[in-house]
Amino acid sequence: MTDRLEGWEKVTGAARYAYEYPLENVAYLAAVQATVARGEILAVDAEAALGMPGVLAVLSGGNAPRLAPVDDGELAVLQSRRVAYRGQFVAAVIAETPETAAEAARHVRVEYAPEAADVLLRADHEGLYAPEKVNGGFPADTESGDPDAAFAASAVRVDATYTTPAEHNNPMEPHTTVALWEDDGTLVLYDSNQGPSAVQSTLAEVFGLEPAQVRVISEHVGGGFGSKGTPRPNVVLAAMAARVTGRPVKFAVPRRQMWATTGYRTPTIQRVRLGAGLDGRLDAVIHEVVAQTSAVREFAEQAAVPARMMYRAANRRTRHRIVRLDVPSPSWMRAPGETPGMFALESAMDELAVLTGVDPVELRVRNDAPEDPESGLPFSSRNLVACLREGAARFGWDARDPRPGVRREGRTLLGTGVAAATYPASTRPGEAVARAEPDGTFTVRVAAADIGTGARTALAVIAADALKTDLGKVRMEIGDSRLPRAVVAGGSAGTSSWGTAVVRACEALLVRLNGEIPPEGVEARASTADEVRSRQKYARHAFGAHFAEVAVDLDTGEVRVPRMLGVFAAGRIINPKAARSQFVGGMTMGIGMALLEESIMDEAFGDHVNRDLAQYHVPTCADIRKIDAVWVPEADPHLNPMGAKGIGEIGIVGAAAAIANAVHHATGARFRDLPITPARVLAEL
Amino acid sequence: MRPFTYARAATEDEAVAACTDGAAYLGGGTNLVDLMRLGVAEPARLVDVAHLGHDRIERRADGGLRIGAAVTNGDLAADRTVRAEFPLLAQAVLAGASGQIRNLATVGGNLLQRTRCAYFQDVTKPCNKREPGSGCPAREGEHRNLAILGHSAGCVATHPSDMAVALAALDAEVRVRGREGTRTIPFGDLHRLPGTAPERDTCLEPGDLITAVEVPPLRMPSRFRKARERASFAFALVSIAAALRTDVPGGTVTDVRIALGGVAHRPWRARRAEERLRGARASGEAFLRAAEAELEAAEPLRDNGYKVPLARNLIVRTLSGLVAP
Ligand SMILES: Cc1cc2nc3c(=O)[nH]c(=O)nc-3n(C[C@H](O)[C@H](O)[C@H](O)COP(=O)(O)OP(=O)(O)OC[C@H]3O[C@@H](n4cnc5c(N)ncnc54)[C@H](O)[C@@H]3O)c2cc1C
Ligand code: SF4
Repeated sequence: MTDRLEGWEKVTGAARYAYEYPLENVAYLAAVQATVARGEILAVDAEAALGMPGVLAVLSGGNAPRLAPVDDGELAVLQSRRVAYRGQFVAAVIAETPETAAEAARHVRVEYAPEAADVLLRADHEGLYAPEKVNGGFPADTESGDPDAAFAASAVRVDATYTTPAEHNNPMEPHTTVALWEDDGTLVLYDSNQGPSAVQSTLAEVFGLEPAQVRVISEHVGGGFGSKGTPRPNVVLAAMAARVTGRPVKFAVPRRQMWATTGYRTPTIQRVRLGAGLDGRLDAVIHEVVAQTSAVREFAEQAAVPARMMYRAANRRTRHRIVRLDVPSPSWMRAPGETPGMFALESAMDELAVLTGVDPVELRVRNDAPEDPESGLPFSSRNLVACLREGAARFGWDARDPRPGVRREGRTLLGTGVAAATYPASTRPGEAVARAEPDGTFTVRVAAADIGTGARTALAVIAADALKTDLGKVRMEIGDSRLPRAVVAGGSAGTSSWGTAVVRACEALLVRLNGEIPPEGVEARASTADEVRSRQKYARHAFGAHFAEVAVDLDTGEVRVPRMLGVFAAGRIINPKAARSQFVGGMTMGIGMALLEESIMDEAFGDHVNRDLAQYHVPTCADIRKIDAVWVPEADPHLNPMGAKGIGEIGIVGAAAAIANAVHHATGARFRDLPITPARVLAEL
Repeated sequence: MRPFTYARAATEDEAVAACTDGAAYLGGGTNLVDLMRLGVAEPARLVDVAHLGHDRIERRADGGLRIGAAVTNGDLAADRTVRAEFPLLAQAVLAGASGQIRNLATVGGNLLQRTRCAYFQDVTKPCNKREPGSGCPAREGEHRNLAILGHSAGCVATHPSDMAVALAALDAEVRVRGREGTRTIPFGDLHRLPGTAPERDTCLEPGDLITAVEVPPLRMPSRFRKARERASFAFALVSIAAALRTDVPGGTVTDVRIALGGVAHRPWRARRAEERLRGARASGEAFLRAAEAELEAAEPLRDNGYKVPLARNLIVRTLSGLVAP
């Protein structure tokens, strides 16, 4: 139970976020967005804007510095006349004040030759194709046995299509950059991101610099949820503007502009087929996913990947198809792949439970996989069953009457639902430095990012453990690309990867320490590349189980969640206080996904219409009633020196399915399309 | 945001004199300033009317209330008399926005807040209300939370206020100080249906200043209820403010008021339903028939048909609750 080390700074406002670095002579940027969804820019008329007092420059395709091409076409900012989606940055104003920049941006006239745009995802879209790989480097398709024949021959069959809408991450702190070029040509970025090392190398590539010529400082970051996992166009634009004006430039992407430019979760259309015996034992699992990407970036959401390892079945197929639409580029959002994929799979499992009459907890226990069904690899640890059993006991599951639609209290229907969760437990190579100071304290350095998760604190706990010293003696330095290179805070691999490097650096330091510490201190550096690459092969995953109770109003179709419990098996929990908050935060986001969140694509214009937090609803405090997260003890020697699995994402995985399953139990109606709104519920009551 | 000047008026005369063409009154600014940031509203001058002494709630001789236009939504909802004698009004105000916004928002501003139609708020798209004659993309586009009653070919927007729904049920009146003097407008006449002039939300003329809202005594059980996707901080999908009196418990309806929110360009007084109920026996059956009679006129759009059963259920359930609390 360790309090956040920087908690005091955060609540008093002393903690500095990117926008708040006080710099002299700073200028402000406001971006101009495309108002057509597809087409060609014919002309940019900046005269009116340039004539406004305080305007320093207007950047557009005609005068923007040329950039080196990189894989992510989103970063080729102002490099082409083509408009790939409505809301793409097509120009920018740099001015003395943010108000002047914003007002001048309204007066930049952009003339387009618009073309017919294709913005709606359909399961029968003729442009669907199999990507070479889906995210995570996985193959797009897998197959074993004869899934079609096995499915056809199964005694019980579920064949259902589920959809999830586009969802936006919406961290509290928008994507923000302060860029400046030093006299020696170094580019300095105070930037809100999930990994300074990654921003450093990408921006170096874009601007044709050596990585050492780019410095990225991200001491405090106000959330990311994946949307800051790869540099977005805003950071390139700010750096360009700073170069052109010769001044430090600040750019915080306005909330409404984030919808198009900083990423979102792709909508998905997922067909799941489960074939089982009368006892519920699976013989066939088929999961086929359709998702979208943009014209400038291929992003292939790996939503069917969890179906490859969740349950035992002799015959299986997974498939991903994506289509390039004239839409903003989808990107990472908390538990990409697993979150939409497990909504479909775990809803289908509930449908199978109903069809077979096997209790949904028992059904999952029966189909638990002894080893990874596709690779045949042993699991490093797999405690799904323990999570289900522990959750069932705590939640009072055994007393549950399986009949749907029979629990009524006044004008509300009550129901409960369960769903499983999983997320990969990855560790990636990285470096760290540990230093003994002459005053008896230690400094530990790694270019990690704390996006509000408590990573800084967890790393300090890990370092203190490894150094066999008090937490108070350890100073963590993170959030700066000059520190030892580190992976992004993403894929729930941050703490595991950084922590491994920290432990190894601390161990190396202890070896070098004997007696008196010289005035210049003693330092040890570790790189974990060899260690991580030479690890034994295991299927490494965290598991969990969600239990939800819902109340459905018969008159209004409003769904509320009076009670929710998550039980997780995620290795050793390093800081229980922060871990609980990560799990509960994920579950809260899952409630939003189940009931509220949806970015609505406007077919006529090609953008999302509900582009602010008054229209795009996330849960409020009033929506979160009794919610709790606990974990089962799990000792896994095959992970990393801490024995820890990542915990940032698994809390959302399966949460929406547990709620949808509970709504079915309450009402008898199956909701296969998210979110489950009063409009949809009323139609079924 | 277009540059503007700011003036704080000390008297009604000063305010009205300052509010020349291109100027706008400023209450709490929670709607107007947002719209200025979006480029939807571009006043050249703001005339702050929060300091004209209109910040009191006074008892009228007949037992009703006179609510100053600058009373904040927060103060109105917290007022003891309002809570005790006009519970539907307190409930309606509390159901709106958030504590922070209610502390700034004023009664006058609340009544004149503009629609939340997404196209109205996006200056890169057409909208008849913002730019007369440019078209109404909502009709064929995103309209899940727009009107089912009283809309026109030119506009299908809804009025977003919760408080206004309660005031419609209360038979309130609006006191207005205009360039030509002072007048009183029945609440039902304040807000318009869109017709062929959706750019006009109300019957007010340029320069008209709302000074107070007059509320006659109610003296019957009342309730406000709002259906919404999330439990707080969301505009209504459909809301209802209702009051009902019967001669004896479970007996004949002697007086009834029903107003709906989230269904039309103005708070929708359900006169047809009221007519059916007056003199009828108060029963679930009667409430249902009355609701259906009211909603016969509904013309739902492609994606907002759910509002019809939602409004119907809210009418039936709320009235039933008022008979047998
Ligand atoms: C995120 C969010 C959520 C919200 N949710 C809800 C909700 O659920 N329910 C709800 O009902 N409301 C909701 N609101 C709206 C809120 O109630 C209004 O913004 C507020 O009531 C407006 O009051 P104001 O004093 O701030 O008006 P202002 O913004 O100051 O003014 C609004 C309009 O009224 C005019 N005006 C102001 N005072 C006078 C006067 N005395 N005479 C003549 N004209 C005047 C102004 O010129 C302007 O045109 C929400 C607002 C936000 C931002
Ligand atoms: S419904 Fe009214 S406000 Fe909305 S786009 Fe149409 S005209 Fe504009």
